[in-house]
Amino acid sequence: MGLVILVLLISVASGPTAFGAEGTSTLTDRSVTWPTWSQWQRVLTFRDYNSRVVILGTAVLGCAGGLVGSFTLLRGRALLGDAISHASLPGIALAFLIASAAGLDGKSLPTLLFGATISGLIGVAVILLIRNLTRLHEDAALGIVLSVFFGAGIALLGIVQQTQTGHAAGLEAFIYGKTASMGLADAKWIIAASGVAVTLCVLLFKEFKLLCFDESFAASRGLPVLLLDIALMSLVVAVSIVGLQAVGLVLMIALLVIPAAAARFWTQRMAPMTLIAATLGAISGIIGAAMSALFSKLPSGAMIVLVCTAFFAFSMFLGPQKGILGRTLRRLRLNRKIERQHLLRAIYETLERDASGVPDRFREFLSMQTLLPVRSWTPRQLERTIDRAQDDDLVRFRDRDQHVRLTRAGVNEAARLTRQHRLWELYLINYADIAPGRVDRDADAIEHVLEPEVVAELEDLLQHSPSRVQVPESPHRLDHGGAEATGSGAKISVDDSVSDSRETSP
Amino acid sequence: MIEPLNTLTWELDGWIIVAGVLCAVSCALLGNFLVLRRMSLLGDAVTHAVLPGLAVAFFISDSRSSVPMFLGAVIVGVLTALFTEWIRRAGSVDEGASMGVVFTSLFALGLILVVQAADHVDLDPGCVLYGAIELTPLDRLDTVFGSIPRAVVVLAVVMLVNLAFLLFFYKELKVSSFDPGLSTTMGFSSTLIHYVLMVLVAVTAVASFESVGNILVVAMFVVPPAAAFLLTDRLGRMIAISTVLAIISAVSGHIGAIAVPAGFGYRSTSTAGMMAVSAGVLLAAAALFGPRHGILVRLVRRRLLALRILCDDVCAYLFRLGERQTVDAAGAGELAANLLTGKLPLHLATTILRINGQVSRDGDSFRLTDSGRSRAQQLVRSHRLWEQYLVERAGLDQERIHDKAERLEHFTDLELRSRLDDETDRPTLDPHGAEIPDERVEAEDRGEEPAEAESQNRNDRTSDDRMRSNE
Repeated sequence: MGLVILVLLISVASGPTAFGAEGTSTLTDRSVTWPTWSQWQRVLTFRDYNSRVVILGTAVLGCAGGLVGSFTLLRGRALLGDAISHASLPGIALAFLIASAAGLDGKSLPTLLFGATISGLIGVAVILLIRNLTRLHEDAALGIVLSVFFGAGIALLGIVQQTQTGHAAGLEAFIYGKTASMGLADAKWIIAASGVAVTLCVLLFKEFKLLCFDESFAASRGLPVLLLDIALMSLVVAVSIVGLQAVGLVLMIALLVIPAAAARFWTQRMAPMTLIAATLGAISGIIGAAMSALFSKLPSGAMIVLVCTAFFAFSMFLGPQKGILGRTLRRLRLNRKIERQHLLRAIYETLERDASGVPDRFREFLSMQTLLPVRSWTPRQLERTIDRAQDDDLVRFRDRDQHVRLTRAGVNEAARLTRQHRLWELYLINYADIAPGRVDRDADAIEHVLEPEVVAELEDLLQHSPSRVQVPESPHRLDHGGAEATGSGAKISVDDSVSDSRETSP
Repeated sequence: MIEPLNTLTWELDGWIIVAGVLCAVSCALLGNFLVLRRMSLLGDAVTHAVLPGLAVAFFISDSRSSVPMFLGAVIVGVLTALFTEWIRRAGSVDEGASMGVVFTSLFALGLILVVQAADHVDLDPGCVLYGAIELTPLDRLDTVFGSIPRAVVVLAVVMLVNLAFLLFFYKELKVSSFDPGLSTTMGFSSTLIHYVLMVLVAVTAVASFESVGNILVVAMFVVPPAAAFLLTDRLGRMIAISTVLAIISAVSGHIGAIAVPAGFGYRSTSTAGMMAVSAGVLLAAAALFGPRHGILVRLVRRRLLALRILCDDVCAYLFRLGERQTVDAAGAGELAANLLTGKLPLHLATTILRINGQVSRDGDSFRLTDSGRSRAQQLVRSHRLWEQYLVERAGLDQERIHDKAERLEHFTDLELRSRLDDETDRPTLDPHGAEIPDERVEAEDRGEEPAEAESQNRNDRTSDDRMRSNE
């Protein structure tokens, strides 16, 4: 699918004369602060040749960056692009020096790209060597390559400036980029490199996936892990170097990191994640470049990064999979569920102590004062929990004297919960060797997330027939206030007759 | 190449070197903890991210004076660390990614602000990021000690603050770097230490890159501590070594910046860049020649061990040959084929064995001498005892014990053998039915030193196994 898009894009990009080249005034003009309607039209319909090239180039680059970035992110090397783009600098300077010394045009793009690629690949090799041969961690390897190579690059640039053809202006573009003045040649390079990256990622998708999630498993399956690692890192080199000279260092890092990190909030699956990351990258490129074309005082590289950041912030808050809002809501819902289950079980067990198996007793009214000491509820918390349970028709609340009782559905639910709790307690006592005095809490920690199948399994394990046993007797004394406050097992007497069953259902 | 060094002057080069050393040491002191906490790239992130701080400070104070700029940069630097931590926790994004998101976004924001300001003032991001250590002697400050470059004063203060922080909170830093949970139970918050460290990193980064450039900051935060980490296992020594390496790379960097280009007929080049490069050279040297963890040392140690194991195997092979067949001599070709090794290593091994008097050469075939026989006996005994132990005590399947025993046999000394012997009730036959040779008397007579045990594994399958498959 990515290939189809690419073919389309290439066909658009390769026919510049067909669309006619107009002036580039919108990009250098400083006087206009708010774009006129005609400017909007020009940009939004891609009528302007220059902004068309810029938007196309950044979109493709964002797409490739998102795709490749997904893999490096999951590989735990999000800042690999950072290290590589810094590492390419000495190569650029050396290529210039050598080409100039050989009497060639030192500033020709292929020469500089070639130098950048070589030194980027050497940087990758050094990262791998440090990682595999020394006891330094990944982050230190990245930091070392980044700073030492960049230092060498700056030192070489210092020499470049002394040559006759010097004036490093052209080379500086590699560091800051010149997004707004991206030419067709740049766009073509971007499209070519992105095409290679997309194709390789599609072809090697399974292998890369395995490499990212479980390196040792991949190795045990006989995959050439080191080779795949080199292939993946070479893709990062390819994408960052074409991106570097077109859009600059920081934007390239951003395109490799941010879309992938944003996509992570939307899905847990690899394929959709790469797709989302690529799309986000492309959209950010388009919007950022378009905004920069509209507002002359907004540099396009920075605008693209900020659009990416906006997408990231949006995803971080609203992403359904790992977004903050979704997780908070899920946690809130779970907490409420747990509170309600605590309430129902508290009422049930309080009544059970003197109910002696009389079904009707479970629908008696209880005062809030008797319930409060059962758990560390504040009166407000308890009231709110009761209110919510009442909304769901599980309890009835009598305002007049602050008493609460279970409804018919409430008794059923409470019995079910209590039974589940005790089954779990029995399991922990019998199979996990947990002391009866402590088992209440351990069971409490886990019962709320039990699936029905697990409950059925527990029943089988404990050889209780579900038709006979409704709620097994509690394996420890139900002295909530005391037992929970002191947490000591000494006060608790254990009834051995856990297999006894009792008919408690209404 | 040395000639241009004669032009070194104290007034210029001396101050440049002092500024470089102060910056390198301030960064390296904190860098140790960044490397240990796996946050090596924080220096890079902070130096990129401070741009909006500079721009906003400029907008508010409407001047380029350094105090507001410094404050603005430090505040944003600290914010970088805070945002990174927040995104990492709240979004459960990995450290590197959240750092990448934060610093690129802040840098972009800063660029936009700078462009807005560009009409009024020249605030070149390039200048902000590279600094110019060469120009430090020109910007002077009159102090009680006379006229001193401003950068030197600032960096000296920063270095002293960092040093004081390290000395006063050494224990806390140490514990919270290695075990944050423990530090919390010991009554001091590892989070607080973490944030104080972040603030100091931001202050150091801003103070340094203002005068000496961000390359030097990033390099000195990571490279000398990483090199020191390769040279020692103790935190105190690591800090001391990283300081020394930082000083060496700063001094040699400046000299290199003058001398190296001169060798190719150019004038001097960027001092900060060369300081980073010489730190890199030191790191490479540490990685290669480090006494314990050095690549070369490990390589040599592994070769020697492989050779010792091959010697063991040659003896054991000849021994087993004598045990099962009438011939007790084997040619080099036979040995090489059965021990899965090349001609050269085998030649080395047999030479060593002959010098030790454990193998004698008879024409083209090798034969064990008495001392060689006892070495082989010990080894075969170890092997079969292990097999017996693995079957009897570890409950392993008979078919799967050979490789394990093969690996363990080379690291089994007399003491361990007698323990194995006791544990397996002194067997005479191994699980495959082969006789376990007796060695006790001879070995005790010679009072042999236990062999050095190293945790090195070898995967070659040899002797017993091959013999069995030949039969």
